[in-house]
Amino acid sequence: MPMDAGEIERLIKATIPDATVTIRDLAGDGDHYAATVISPSFRGKSRVQQHQLVYNALKGQMGGVLHALALQTGTPEG
Amino acid sequence: MSISQFIDNEVKSNDVVLFMKGTPQFPQCGFSGQVVQILDHLGVAYKGLNVLESPELRDGIKQYSNWPTIPQLYIKGEFVGGCDIVREMFQAGELQQTLKDKGIRSQATA
Repeated sequence: MPMDAGEIERLIKATIPDATVTIRDLAGDGDHYAATVISPSFRGKSRVQQHQLVYNALKGQMGGVLHALALQTGTPEG
Repeated sequence: MSISQFIDNEVKSNDVVLFMKGTPQFPQCGFSGQVVQILDHLGVAYKGLNVLESPELRDGIKQYSNWPTIPQLYIKGEFVGGCDIVREMFQAGELQQTLKDKGIRSQATA
């Protein structure tokens, strides 16, 4: 059961409320997305920690239902 | 030996370890293949571990690092990231710097 972009955005924002999320569907199969997540709460965190926050927000969907999510994270300053 | 002890031992006894789908010679996933290309381009010696050979390893590595996907790159026992992060670091020159800082020979330091 692939996920749709809106579902991904909702899950991320539920856990990271101040996040700005943009999602691109890479393959149109509900399985390959690219997402950019910008949030002040990422400040001082390494890339790995930032990505882990996003993966945790996706509640285990990542790696299972969601095979490929190309992630780009950062703080508003970039 | 438990799977996490096995993983712990591998990442601590090899400077650079890549948990991947397939082998460095025959990557069996685009993302794993991308990291292999980057490491080969940098001329870094690394150990490739094929998680497709062992479902226990495939799940064990995800628990070990609290990271849901494969590939996973480790340098000197430390989890560096998956395909996205390794590519981003490579493009920003940070991967080359990390290797240099940790005293690992690569094209950048040659």
